[in-house]
Amino acid sequence: MEEKTYWFDVGRVSAVPLRGARTVRTPSREIAVFRTASNDIFALENKCPHKGGPLSEGIVHGRKVACPLHNWIINLEDGEATGADHGCAKKFPVKIERGHIYIDMGVLAPAE
Amino acid sequence: MGQIEKFPQPHRPAPDAAAHKLVVIGNGMAAGRLLEEFFARNTTPARVTLFGAEPRVNYNRIMLSPVLSGEKSFNDIVIHDDAWYAAHSVDLRRGEAVVAIDRAAKYVETAGGDRVSYDKLVIATGSMPFIIPVPGANLPGVVSFRDLDDVEKMHAACDAGGHAVVIGGGLLGLEAAAGLAVKGMKVSVVHLMPHLMERQLDPSAGYLLKNAIAARGIDVFTEANTDAILGDDRVTGVKLKDGRVLPADLVVMAVGIRPNATLAKAAGLDTNRGVIVDDLMRTSDADIYAVGECVEHRGQTYGLVAPLYDMAKTLAAELAGEKPAGFVPAATSTKLKVTGIDLFSVGDFSDDDENNEVVLRDPSRGVYKRVILRDEKVVGAVLYGDTADGAWYFDLLKKGEDVSAIRDMLIFGQAYQGGSPMDPTAAVAALPDDAEICGCNGVNKGAIVKAIQSGLTTLDEVRANTKASASCGQCAGKVDLLLAATLGDTFQAARKHMCKCTDLTHEEVRGFIREKQLKSLPAVMQELGWKSSGGCPSCQPALNYYLIATWPGEYRDDYQARFINERVHANIQKDGTYSVVPRMWGGVTTPDELRVIADLADRYKLMVKVTGGQRIDLLGVKKADLPAVWAQLLNAGMVSGFAYAKGLRTVKTCVGKDWCRFGTQDSTGLGIKLEKLMCGSWTPAKVKLAVSGCPRNCAEATIKDIGVICVDSGYDIHVSGAAGLHVRATDLLGHVETEEEALEVCAAILQAYREQSAYLERVYKWVDKFGLENLRKLIFEDHDARKGLYERFMISQRAARKDPWAERAAGKDMHEFMPLAVLGPKSPVAAE
Ligand code: SRM
Ligand SMILES: Cc1cc2nc3c(=O)[nH]c(=O)nc-3n(C[C@H](O)[C@H](O)[C@H](O)COP(=O)(O)OP(=O)(O)OC[C@H]3O[C@@H](n4cnc5c(N)ncnc54)[C@H](O)[C@@H]3O)c2cc1C
Ligand code: SF4
Ligand code: FES
Repeated sequence: MEEKTYWFDVGRVSAVPLRGARTVRTPSREIAVFRTASNDIFALENKCPHKGGPLSEGIVHGRKVACPLHNWIINLEDGEATGADHGCAKKFPVKIERGHIYIDMGVLAPAE
Repeated sequence: MGQIEKFPQPHRPAPDAAAHKLVVIGNGMAAGRLLEEFFARNTTPARVTLFGAEPRVNYNRIMLSPVLSGEKSFNDIVIHDDAWYAAHSVDLRRGEAVVAIDRAAKYVETAGGDRVSYDKLVIATGSMPFIIPVPGANLPGVVSFRDLDDVEKMHAACDAGGHAVVIGGGLLGLEAAAGLAVKGMKVSVVHLMPHLMERQLDPSAGYLLKNAIAARGIDVFTEANTDAILGDDRVTGVKLKDGRVLPADLVVMAVGIRPNATLAKAAGLDTNRGVIVDDLMRTSDADIYAVGECVEHRGQTYGLVAPLYDMAKTLAAELAGEKPAGFVPAATSTKLKVTGIDLFSVGDFSDDDENNEVVLRDPSRGVYKRVILRDEKVVGAVLYGDTADGAWYFDLLKKGEDVSAIRDMLIFGQAYQGGSPMDPTAAVAALPDDAEICGCNGVNKGAIVKAIQSGLTTLDEVRANTKASASCGQCAGKVDLLLAATLGDTFQAARKHMCKCTDLTHEEVRGFIREKQLKSLPAVMQELGWKSSGGCPSCQPALNYYLIATWPGEYRDDYQARFINERVHANIQKDGTYSVVPRMWGGVTTPDELRVIADLADRYKLMVKVTGGQRIDLLGVKKADLPAVWAQLLNAGMVSGFAYAKGLRTVKTCVGKDWCRFGTQDSTGLGIKLEKLMCGSWTPAKVKLAVSGCPRNCAEATIKDIGVICVDSGYDIHVSGAAGLHVRATDLLGHVETEEEALEVCAAILQAYREQSAYLERVYKWVDKFGLENLRKLIFEDHDARKGLYERFMISQRAARKDPWAERAAGKDMHEFMPLAVLGPKSPVAAE
């Protein structure tokens, strides 16, 4: 089966602070776009698997973010909670081209 | 990257007129290697015409750095001399640039109007230095660093002397800066990113590199954005976006390169960033190839020679009709060619996740090593100060070997492999007596064990007696293990590590920050031997606070190290909205303030709640609305109440003698003065005060961090109250007679707490450790100490007393409050 991709340009890498995050609003959900100390970009649905806390507001350390509400530690690579906690924030594929961040919304297509 | 050998080639018979015509555009490193590889195959004779825009033979561009610094001459770096071209019957057209390709008629045209036809054409035009488009970028005195002409221009500038500004703190910029410094220029490096060579190094290695560059007398400005290059008929300076002006007689732009695909594009070949090629280096025209930095292969462009050499090999085989497998990009390693700086990086170093990395820091030798693993395989390495094992890690990376069996010893390098793993205590116990434990003070194991056996039981005692771990503290963990090994069961490790990134306690870290003048997170982490590369959510905010408190006005607050509330100056709520609490000085408000609050509540549909701290909370503000809400509060003269801060929260008051029949002093007035004196101050944990007008204590001053109870004869000063998770009544610290003294005493107590307490400890916990009696002596008996504390508090307040809401309503940190993008249902879908 051919996979469809829907790449959206959501802005420049440099617009996201190092060790920080920005959000992307879509009609159905909010996405958190993270930039790590070493300049890697990740995108997760902005909703903590615990009680829906906005992950974009957490402290980014390594490839993880600490949820601002109750400090669950979420892995940015796959959205999974780490340690003893269980749950997963939806992950979106990302690519960087000419300094711009593209997010693939195609993963949503089947769900919609 | 080593020197490239000049290898003599056997004389080749001159190809006859009917031979295949091969034309190569560009005589750089890729073209040179291509011809070598091609002739080595010695198959189809071809008539080769080689156009080089530079008026010289092929040379090793990499070695321009030592030419700049004077360590080498041009002759040392020539790869192909005239004899080589003659021997291979290559028609080298030096100094002749090709200006057009006619694909239909299959010829190239030179700037001089010559037309030379080809059967096969190779484009090897390299790349062009990127010139940032700021005003003044084309003034005389602005140069790039790409070819010998640039080096000659720089040498001429060095002869005249003066200031050089290098824009760009990457590989190229730093090599230029180091070379110019050797040649006697006063050099500054201006770099956009927070640390040098951010593409090859992580912040810790970047910090060490910055020190090494600074030690060469070069000024490094990071996070510095160039605004303009100044000068009328030649450069005189560089202006940065923050307004600073650096004097300059020479400006070197080394901010990056761009594939040089102009010719190919004009000829209608497929191009994107570079000339698009397939795995066999074929362009979209079957008779035209491209090789080197001008190409784009599978979306990637290149800036180091190793992959270009692989391309050259593939293309040579293709031209020789060998049907090669095709070019496959491989990991490349980087080294900086500045004498005396040892630095190595390879692969993906971005996985700064403490579970997937092994870090070794030796602060006394300035060494930092980090190996990054994924699925138990080496995927990257960053080495600074000791790069001997670079090749070994690179090899493990290329082979993709499972390293789980040697993971524990991996970071020590190849020489240490093969030993059997032990538990850490046993490993320390097994060390010989002369093994050095503390590198800074040269203390060996025998001396420490002897000291412990003479009756010492704590790390502090060992440190005081032997000096072990007294300097960088990095060996504190090992000394702890020696205590455990020597004392056995009697040893209880009472030490509380700051977090899992370090063996040091909060107090030790604070001490070292002061003594060793550490002024940034990477500096602390390197010099104190952090075990992770970037810290964790628990040490980042703590270190940020310690740095602010120790270096007021000097340290740049690292907002990303702060909890969200302190980053956006509002309290996050369970639904992701925020609450806004303006100051109501001493609990006093006005009709005007209340009107604005009422209007805001109507307009933004907010809940209005009177807090337990005598002021009003507006709940339910959307993040994007925060700056607008603040702007309206500011209009009515209201400022941030810091309800979100590890800082001064509220000063509660009662009405006091102006109204109350029992009041002895103006408790409301003193409360307002205290709040104005202390507002904006960052503290280890939140701080609350109260002033009651008489011992009936209606302001509940006896459950505050600092409480003042007014009495007929003056003011009783209390400390150590709390009413949260622990309820604790205050202790009386002392008595003063005047309001001025009360203010000074309270500020001095607060400053002592700011300077000494561990992060997140409320005042009462700190006083329990410090001793109430010691605090009383410090504040009430040692007059000079109290004055000193008060003065230091005022200095730190000079930097802190800015209203964060006013700054943000005026536009600071706007990115915090705006989404990166808003995608509507009809947003265009990028075609792919
Ligand atoms: C708003 C308020 C409750 C109210 O509606 O009245 C409040 C709200 C919160 N308090 Fe409180 N505290 C409020 C007065 C108090 C008081 C009473 C006081 O200040 O006189 C206390 C007890 C006094 C004390 O601190 O010793 C108090 C003891 C706590 C504690 C326990 C602290 C401790 O060291 O034991 C916490 C938890 C913490 O800080 O870790 C806490 C934490 C919180 C947090 C910040 C919880 C959180 O992290 O989200 C709440 C933030 C709500 C928000 O977004 O505004 N709040 N909290 C009060 C704001 C006062 C103000 O104007 O700034
Ligand atoms: C100072 C310096 C230090 C470096 N250090 C390192 C290092 O340590 N390690 C490393 O791996 N790499 C290093 N590099 C990068 C390395 O030099 C390049 O990757 C390599 O030179 C690229 O080879 P190339 O043949 O593609 O391009 P180039 O070597 O740039 O050659 C292209 C040539 O084509 C000519 N040309 C362009 N257009 C035309 C035209 N229309 N007609 C005729 N001729 C034309 C140009 O004049 C140029 O001579 C360094 C580069 C510099 C400048
Ligand atoms: S007591 Fe404080 S922390 Fe607890 S729910 Fe109320 S406001 Fe929140
Ligand atoms: S909502 Fe994220 S930790 Fe609770």
